[in-house]
Amino acid sequence: MKNIIDENSRVIVQGITGNEGRFHAEAMLRYGTKIVAGVTPGKGGQQVQGVLVYNTVSEAVSNHGANTSIIFVPARFAQSAVLEAIEAGIKTVVVITELIPQKDAIEFIAKAEKRGTIIVGPNTPGVISPLKRVKVGIMPDHIFRAGIVGIASRSGTLTYEIAWHISNAGLGQSTCVGIGGDAIVGLDFIKLLEMFRDDEETKGVVLVGEVGGKAEELAAQYISETNYPKPVVAYIAGRLAPPEKRMGHAGAIVMGNVGTAKSKIDAFTNAGVTVADKPSDIAKLLNI
Amino acid sequence: MKLFEFEAKDILRKYGIATPKGNIANNPNEAEVIAKEIGKPVVLKSQVLVSGRGKSGGIVFANDATEAKKVASNLIGSTIKGNIVNSLLVEEKLNIVEQLYASIIIDRQARRYVILASTSGGVDIEEIALASPERIARHWVDPAVGFSRHTAELMTAQFSDISQDDAAKFASIIDTLYKVTIDYDAELVEINPLAKTKSGEFVAADARIIADDNAVFRHPEFEGKSSLRVDDTPREAEARRQKLSYVDLSGDIGIIGNGAGLVMATMDLVHVFGGRAANFLDIGGGTQADVIKRGLMLVMSKPEVKAVLVNILGGITRCDIVAQGIVQGLEESSVKKPIAVRMMGTNEKEGAAILRQAGVSIYPDMETAAAEVLKL
Repeated sequence: MKNIIDENSRVIVQGITGNEGRFHAEAMLRYGTKIVAGVTPGKGGQQVQGVLVYNTVSEAVSNHGANTSIIFVPARFAQSAVLEAIEAGIKTVVVITELIPQKDAIEFIAKAEKRGTIIVGPNTPGVISPLKRVKVGIMPDHIFRAGIVGIASRSGTLTYEIAWHISNAGLGQSTCVGIGGDAIVGLDFIKLLEMFRDDEETKGVVLVGEVGGKAEELAAQYISETNYPKPVVAYIAGRLAPPEKRMGHAGAIVMGNVGTAKSKIDAFTNAGVTVADKPSDIAKLLNI
Repeated sequence: MKLFEFEAKDILRKYGIATPKGNIANNPNEAEVIAKEIGKPVVLKSQVLVSGRGKSGGIVFANDATEAKKVASNLIGSTIKGNIVNSLLVEEKLNIVEQLYASIIIDRQARRYVILASTSGGVDIEEIALASPERIARHWVDPAVGFSRHTAELMTAQFSDISQDDAAKFASIIDTLYKVTIDYDAELVEINPLAKTKSGEFVAADARIIADDNAVFRHPEFEGKSSLRVDDTPREAEARRQKLSYVDLSGDIGIIGNGAGLVMATMDLVHVFGGRAANFLDIGGGTQADVIKRGLMLVMSKPEVKAVLVNILGGITRCDIVAQGIVQGLEESSVKKPIAVRMMGTNEKEGAAILRQAGVSIYPDMETAAAEVLKL
């Protein structure tokens, strides 16, 4: 899907010399992603899986025309890595790193907005476009099949579960985006709904939400107000989540009466969006 | 990480915000000494991290040192909403003429800090919002611009019910709260009530700070404390010590999986089939066998658990490693409960072989596994 990742994505891996960066750089290359360079300060000149490593993002941009970055650097250095990518003119920054302080995320997301940079995450499995065979993420790609369903999700493995059912149903996926499990994330459900609406390859949309925050309620309101033209099915995880307890993800916490699964399910239902009870129901509820 | 009231007040004082005269007491004798030093009526405030401690009897007034000692002996060691009171903040009783409110929180959807101020303090902000929304001033901070004393003054100038002089004092406190928020990586900073005393002084009568757990690396003073600051059940506390992401629930089916969303979905699925989850346990990604083993043992040791459902969708997590962990956990558990496993993804055949050899039932999809675990 254009404006996030597509066949024109020229990807750099920030933190490519670490274990995770190295492992996933190889997996992305195998899938077909154009990884044009790696960046690790102080490791310039090395090679990882045949990919040349630079000290700075701007060198990677000027030498290879990089426009997309995936970030594996540890939380305490993540903000500076993201800001470096924004300053160097990267268009899409996928932040895999988890446990980033919220103050840092608030700051780099605001700066990205001012520069028109898209931030995916933090704490995301990334983005995959099975249709274009591009993966800027850490998901097990064999589960995904080229197809017509767009998925936007706050989760990782649950997305794979749902994608697997959609693959089995023969629908496949156009683009899947993990928006991240943190309380503060960049690209959100509403912006993705807009992108999926304008994306000709996407015929239907699946939103995978969970307890915490109001992102699903706002998405429901958007769908209802804009008379959203494509079928949408939602799934909400955490119907039994007790209040004030973090359910694994930093963002998955019910505070007072804000963020309950019921509130989200009601919001979608009132907006005319079908909410699936089970991951396996989603494909047939899409009705496409 | 929630800070105790006395810790929050220590921070505010460092920034020049007045707090009531007082000190922390760990036993009745200390409470008596502090009250004697104050030399007038005092309030004894239980230092617990749950809200609503006042309504639960955790805040008590005393007229003199002798009474303070008596009150303290009742409060220390008592339980408020499941939290044991280990210490009391003993403070002078303020002569309050007005109660105001100021807080800074993170607005998740706006991705900004939002500053809330009101001249109707002393009650929850939600109540103020319902009763007199016109008496709340709000400001969303643009991270690129920051926050200034001038903006704080614009906020307090909205209140027609306070003098110019008081509006300026209020603004100065709000401005300071923002500095505290940024310096301490706070998710929440709140003064409620911000008391105006008879002498015209503004005093933080109560204060709350929640610091971001992810920012502890910038605050060595919080190192090691963060894991002790949550309202954990004993089993949750044990899990936290073992670095397991675990939450207790009220049902009887133990739930283990990889990935928070998948584990929640597994809990929900058990519910759809008429069962109730006993817990949430996310073993995370790329996990070692030892983590699964300890997780399984923890879940099996919960007396309410009748059977355990394990749901693994392998990517970076390898099914054979998980299977080894399960087998080890079963061997070492003193109490053995029936178990159903769903495994898919990386090395699933190898994992299935290990489990089959150990006599563990495996299922190809989570729905079959969830339906079957209820029959065990």
